[in-house]
Amino acid sequence: MTTPPPAPPSPEPGPSATPPPAGETEPRAERERSFGEHLRDAVQDSSVTVTVLALIAAAVIGGLLAAFTNNAVLHAWSDFFSAPGNAVAKAWAAAAGTYVALFEGSVFNPHTVAALFQQSSLSTAVHDGFLSAVFNPLSETAVQATPLILAGLAVALPYQAGLFNIGGQSQFIGGAIMAAWLGYAVNLPFFVHVVVCVLGGFVGGAALGWLAGEIKARTGAHEVIVTIMLNYVMQYFLAYLLSSQSLLQAPGGSNSITRAIASDAHLPLLAGTHLRINAGFLIALACAFGVWWLLNRTTTGFEFRSVGANAKASRVAGMNVERNWALVMLIGGGLAGLAASTVILGTDFTLNPQSYGTYGIDAITVALLGLGRPGGVVAAGLLFGALHAGSPGMQTATGTPVQIVQVIQALIVLFVAAPPLVRATFRLRAARARGVSTNMSKGWNA
Amino acid sequence: MTAAASDRLPVLLSPGPADGAGSWGGRFAAPVTYLVFGLLDILVFGLHAHGSVIFSFTPQFAKVTVPNLSLPAAATCYFCGAVTLALAAARLLDVLGVVRLGRVPRRVIIGGVLFLFVIALLAWASGGQSIPFNVVNLLSGTFSVSIPIMLGALTAVVCSTSGVINIAIEGQLLLGAFCAAIATTVTGSLWLGLICGALAGSLVAAVLAAFAIAYRVDQIVLGVVLNTLVLGLTGYLYNAIMVPYGDTLNNPNTFNPVKIPLLGDIPIIGPVFFDASVFLYITYVLLAVIQVGLARTRWGLRTRAVGEHPVAADTVGIRVLATRYRNVILAGLIAGIGGAYFTVGSVGSFGPDMTSGEGYIALAAMIFGRYTPFGAIGAALLFGFTTQLQSILSSINVPIQSNLLLLTPYVVTIIVVAGLVGKVRGPRAEGVPYVKS
Repeated sequence: MTTPPPAPPSPEPGPSATPPPAGETEPRAERERSFGEHLRDAVQDSSVTVTVLALIAAAVIGGLLAAFTNNAVLHAWSDFFSAPGNAVAKAWAAAAGTYVALFEGSVFNPHTVAALFQQSSLSTAVHDGFLSAVFNPLSETAVQATPLILAGLAVALPYQAGLFNIGGQSQFIGGAIMAAWLGYAVNLPFFVHVVVCVLGGFVGGAALGWLAGEIKARTGAHEVIVTIMLNYVMQYFLAYLLSSQSLLQAPGGSNSITRAIASDAHLPLLAGTHLRINAGFLIALACAFGVWWLLNRTTTGFEFRSVGANAKASRVAGMNVERNWALVMLIGGGLAGLAASTVILGTDFTLNPQSYGTYGIDAITVALLGLGRPGGVVAAGLLFGALHAGSPGMQTATGTPVQIVQVIQALIVLFVAAPPLVRATFRLRAARARGVSTNMSKGWNA
Repeated sequence: MTAAASDRLPVLLSPGPADGAGSWGGRFAAPVTYLVFGLLDILVFGLHAHGSVIFSFTPQFAKVTVPNLSLPAAATCYFCGAVTLALAAARLLDVLGVVRLGRVPRRVIIGGVLFLFVIALLAWASGGQSIPFNVVNLLSGTFSVSIPIMLGALTAVVCSTSGVINIAIEGQLLLGAFCAAIATTVTGSLWLGLICGALAGSLVAAVLAAFAIAYRVDQIVLGVVLNTLVLGLTGYLYNAIMVPYGDTLNNPNTFNPVKIPLLGDIPIIGPVFFDASVFLYITYVLLAVIQVGLARTRWGLRTRAVGEHPVAADTVGIRVLATRYRNVILAGLIAGIGGAYFTVGSVGSFGPDMTSGEGYIALAAMIFGRYTPFGAIGAALLFGFTTQLQSILSSINVPIQSNLLLLTPYVVTIIVVAGLVGKVRGPRAEGVPYVKS
């Protein structure tokens, strides 16, 4: 090795008002170097490398977990000394079976193709949904990814402005209440109705996001505590709304559920009635592009990034830091509200206490895995969407509980958040391989 | 540290009041809030109360009995409201500068307003009912449901004072509960279960410490991710091994209440403080140890130094990173005990996500309690009190929206964090990793 060790990454952003473009490696001195050196640096320096290695590490641990909680495997291991090959083979089969089942549920299942070719004619195949069945896993992945992408953006955008939005759940509930209420209580013409409902979801989420941002801006209260508290407030508030028929509860029963929303307000399906993929997916992609455009092509986005990089310097440069906090939380909350719209109007068609699921927490993992960038969020959302889409089939086929998806998700993010750990694990050279800039720890008082 | 300095800017830029209260609602936020409470007491509870309310102070089978207290419900509400309005007026005069109240009287006023509000609420809720309202049940129940929150809040205090944000309390509680259930069921020993729960809590804390201190990962992000990991892991293992082998893995005994001789027979105080689960006594001991430890010992001085100004601490030879590692891991033991309470202290078996966010509430209790052990315990009890009040009120068929009652502590926390009762100032270096230069 003749190359000198590169400079360590600076732990804190400089006092410049210009934000460093997210994730870009620092400019380095140009020297004569071979192509091989360039390639190696590109691979080793890249945060993408860290992310891929984090995925591998998490998948390996998840596989071990699946293997060593499997009944057949444990029995085989108790006979390890008489039949070691059998024990290893059983463990491998359990882990591989889990991942194969996940893949078949989320991307492509060969059995559906076999069934397609057994049909007598193409028209019956199309008509009876055999063709759709081939694409069903992909459709499900898109359906699952839609709210994850939107909620992930709701975390990623404020993250760029230096705020950590844990309030995805409260904003989701706010959006869901608006979308569901507009969906069943209002009569509007066909296309207008669904647009109004989607926008209503945005407004509902934005109101809660703005509240957290405004409290932070006015009083300096840390947004993490405020958003966590708002999560509980909204959780109980939703339970309250769903507990009385004079509020949101559906008439004629004691279940905590709203009336079904009008069919006018359903998001249009994209690929026929057999597949659940709907216009929500397009909304998610459009929002990801919109967030990218906002961050990289507008003054507002520049101010967001600047405030995130160094609030003090931004203030000196004449920016209104507090206004930016409130605004970025408003937009972020609105995105979480849109996520709720896609769930309520796209797949659930009603609102109940299960509607918000774990989207609040999943959004954080999506945003962190996506390195806080819109493109990354889309990729991470698709990946986790695939895990979510494949997990029910996996549990049926292999008996591995669906919670393994949550474990894998958390492990991925844990590794992504600690690039030094990944480098140490995979013996990478200590380079500028930084993942998401979670190392810039600021604490409560920031 | 630029990060630590930047938080002073908003305070400098906004002409805030002398006591540093937040700028929302200005100086009049506190008196106006008390005024609202007073009006609630009178207009909502007073006008709708009827009959008389009977307060009972004696638990069942008590050796010493205290006579029941019977009060006219409406008059009680009016009285509470009138006193609250007087307190609001006093606070207003304080704000206007006519009278200068010190820190202690201001806090006494807050406590008084809340206390009177609860009395008025109870008078309204159980007025006209023939069954007396048992105050002792309310208070002792408050202590039992608060145990995990209190222990979690103590953990948070120790970690924060050392300069590490511990959001992973939720995960420590959950893994503690899980491991305590397994260990007790397998070994048959409650104490071994408790110890395993504590060790599980410190295992999560050790991971937190390693990532936060050595790898300098953002501690808030890290805590949330660790919580997700533990939630997924325990949920997975629950379904994978506990459901099929429930009898052999998830069937622990629970600790019986221990009554302390003599003290346990004192009326009112005895049943509340001295006739409880062993976990409550552990909480007392830990509270005393941490309070005295932080305020009066060399360990406490070093811990606070490391949390406030690690550079200075390092300069005088305190090992910053070692201190933080040790404190975070030891504090994890406390949260682990709190987790064990869920399975071997109260419920008797593990269920997925059984901590249901109490770790986050513990964190809020710490901030509410201004990073002091006693404050954190008090705030934890306030959270537990609303939970217990809600469950008692719903059991006596009071026409109150239990969901609205349950969300009040969270709203109160937001109001508190937003600076209604003065700016809460954490340790200066909290959450800032220390890099030796």
